[in-house]
Amino acid sequence: MDNNALLNMRGIYKSFPGVKALQDVAFTLRKGEIHALMGENGAGKSTLIKVLTGVYTKDEGDITLDGKEVSIHSPEDAQHAGISTVYQEITLCPNLSVAENMYIGRSDNIIQNWKAMNEGADKMLKSLDIPAKPAQQLGSCSIAVQQMVAIARAVDMDCKVLILDEPTSSLDDNEVQKLFKLMRDLKSRGVGIIFVTHFLDQVYEVCDRITVLRDGKLVGEFEIKDLPRVQLVSKMLGKELDDLSDIKSESGAAAVDMSSVPVLEAEGLSSTEGIKPFDFNIRKGEVNGFTGLLGSGRSECVRAIFGADRVVSGTVKKNGKTVKISKPIDAMKNGIGYLPEDRKIDGIIGDLSVRENIILALQVMKGFFKPFTKAEANAFADEYIKALSIKTASADTPIKSLSGGNQQKCILARWLLTHPDYLILDEPTRGIDVGTKVDIQKLVLKLASEGMSITFISSETDEMLRTCSRLIVMRDRRVVGELKGDDLTQNKIMSTIAGGEGQ
Amino acid sequence: MINKIVKNQIFIPIAAMLFLLLFNLVTDPTFFKIAMGQNSAGNPVLSGPLITILNNGSELAILAIGMTLVTAASGGQDISVGAAIAIAGSTILRVLCGTNTRPDTLRTPIFVAFIIGCLVAMAFGAFNGVLVSIFKIQPMVATLILYTAGRSIAAWINNNELPIISDPRFGYYGGFIPGIPIPTPFFIAALCVVIIALVLKFTNLGLYTQAVGINESSSRLNGINPVFIKWLTFVILGACVAVAALIKVSRLSSINYSVIAKDIEMDAILAVALGGNALGGGKFNMAASIIGAFVIQTLTTTLFMHNVPSDALPAYKAIVVIALVVFSAPVFRDAVSKFMKNLKNGKKKEVANV
Repeated sequence: MDNNALLNMRGIYKSFPGVKALQDVAFTLRKGEIHALMGENGAGKSTLIKVLTGVYTKDEGDITLDGKEVSIHSPEDAQHAGISTVYQEITLCPNLSVAENMYIGRSDNIIQNWKAMNEGADKMLKSLDIPAKPAQQLGSCSIAVQQMVAIARAVDMDCKVLILDEPTSSLDDNEVQKLFKLMRDLKSRGVGIIFVTHFLDQVYEVCDRITVLRDGKLVGEFEIKDLPRVQLVSKMLGKELDDLSDIKSESGAAAVDMSSVPVLEAEGLSSTEGIKPFDFNIRKGEVNGFTGLLGSGRSECVRAIFGADRVVSGTVKKNGKTVKISKPIDAMKNGIGYLPEDRKIDGIIGDLSVRENIILALQVMKGFFKPFTKAEANAFADEYIKALSIKTASADTPIKSLSGGNQQKCILARWLLTHPDYLILDEPTRGIDVGTKVDIQKLVLKLASEGMSITFISSETDEMLRTCSRLIVMRDRRVVGELKGDDLTQNKIMSTIAGGEGQ
Repeated sequence: MINKIVKNQIFIPIAAMLFLLLFNLVTDPTFFKIAMGQNSAGNPVLSGPLITILNNGSELAILAIGMTLVTAASGGQDISVGAAIAIAGSTILRVLCGTNTRPDTLRTPIFVAFIIGCLVAMAFGAFNGVLVSIFKIQPMVATLILYTAGRSIAAWINNNELPIISDPRFGYYGGFIPGIPIPTPFFIAALCVVIIALVLKFTNLGLYTQAVGINESSSRLNGINPVFIKWLTFVILGACVAVAALIKVSRLSSINYSVIAKDIEMDAILAVALGGNALGGGKFNMAASIIGAFVIQTLTTTLFMHNVPSDALPAYKAIVVIALVVFSAPVFRDAVSKFMKNLKNGKKKEVANV
């Protein structure tokens, strides 16, 4: 065991009904290091953090801090033990002053010594070189400074372990650098920092060690210099680099006439969600996909195409004609369908029936004053319930009472019913059972062979390789490559995702 | 079978109505007496508590239509309808009277006055709608503005004078049409119900408002414009307000700015809640709301019949409302169904033990 260890977590188990979120996970943090905690969605990063900060209670395992065993049952326990967390969303109070935010909830006295508080805050801010005044209202500072104030608060509480959960996702490059400077500063004071992020570049810039989790299990702890990017990506995705038992399109992807006019062509498209302008095209009967790690901007790209986010630049051509897509209805009228990534928030209308959910998009396209008759709506619903074998008691059942896979099929039915030329499927198979997954993949290939153009996004590379004939690779909100033909292999995808020295 | 009926949303207001009627049947059967009499103009009119309920419940039913839509789409309630009725009523009187507060003849046809009143009420509805849909202010907070200012605006429209209309024809809308013994407001309410039924049948208003109320983000991605739909419901409520205002001012042939339609917003919201509609928005049942409105009126009339002073009325209503809200709360219903299940299982076990 490392003598320098500050925090030691061993044999951590945690399960939720039906899910083993953490299995025998170990994590060690040393004094004065910045340690990245990496893993794809569902890997167990946030569960581990929540166990450490007392939001969840672990089922099994020991946590030692400074060599002493600690028991953490609540966020307060964690704070007293010297573990502080700064979350992605600011959890401070924007309408209080900076100093108030740093001292709020920490004093046992009824009477607050305002002068001492402001002086203390001023000292701390100055020593950390944070550009904020104690009396300034927190809301008037930039997000980056607000985050730094949150960190200052943590440091002022003598925290030994500082957890930064995706702190950089809403910062620009300049602000990120300021944050990194602060992090290095704290590191030199002996604070141990756990850094959770999706940005590979940032990990390699600032971290000393990396711990990778996958599917609730520990993959390993690595020195940053021993772990090239490509290997990190392969460890996160769980694919061995040499594993060349590759899956070439089982259906033998339908021959796409690449000389034809693209069904959809976009140039320099970008939206308010921070993706760098990108070009995109898709031809009749083609299946392509966006790939990249979570947060790389793949969903934002398709949302920009569909007009789901506000588009700020770029032109879109549909079958060679320039069209203006500024909101979803424009895209729908141009024959584009979009199955969103988050089924619960963007997909289903929970309390409405399966029937209403299926006919919704077509109904909206048909118009406000032309509702379908009951018989028509029933016919549509029954047709697709049968075609996609949606398991529901009846078409009248509220969609929220269906299983995830069947809800997804309803949303798929909704868009198939509109008979789009171009269908975007963002994570259509997430969180659904294997059988349904295969059904959906088969359906995608069948639709493409019938002439529909499809963009397919999935976190599972296997699935993408099986369905797509062309992959657009994204990293840090930028398109970094395009793969097709013989380049469509796990290795090539991972090295392109990783970029940097791996290429 | 029984389970199905009980689970149906419309069961709640109907059960409440039956309970009230039963209560009256036991305590005071004169409640159901309907007499044929003559009003001051010598026309045949029906009278009796049931007729009073039909008569006075009409405005409430009309408002409940608009309030149901606003609730469904925006997940909140408009508390300014009483004040908006004062504004619309004042506008109607102003257009009918001109500058003379005691006109012998009407300046404009009643129909024209109503249309102008309607436009004004819809404009104020649109104002509320903009605050809620574009500026994303909570409906109750947004409409608090008009709730506070409305009655002053109403008074200002007529220079704080009280116009009185002597033309008997104006009284028809809130009273009786000669020769027809049933109060006119009931017909107006019935007409409104028919209109909204047709609108719900021949447009997608129902689907859109519910979709927006349940999941705004998802609705947007399906091509619906949630901002417009929310705004639209407030404008529709504005139209309902104008109709209610016509009835209210017609009843008096005048107006009292501070008293007209006082607290009616609370009754309208109660009607929606009594209809079993979620006040947090989403799915709604229009028929249940309308029946709910008449249940509220029945409750009011029943309390009057039992000599509850009008000052004490709200306290009694509050008790009934608490009971209703608790009974219809999912927590309570789950607890009851669990209890029933346990009871059943308990019995089965006993049988098994025997």
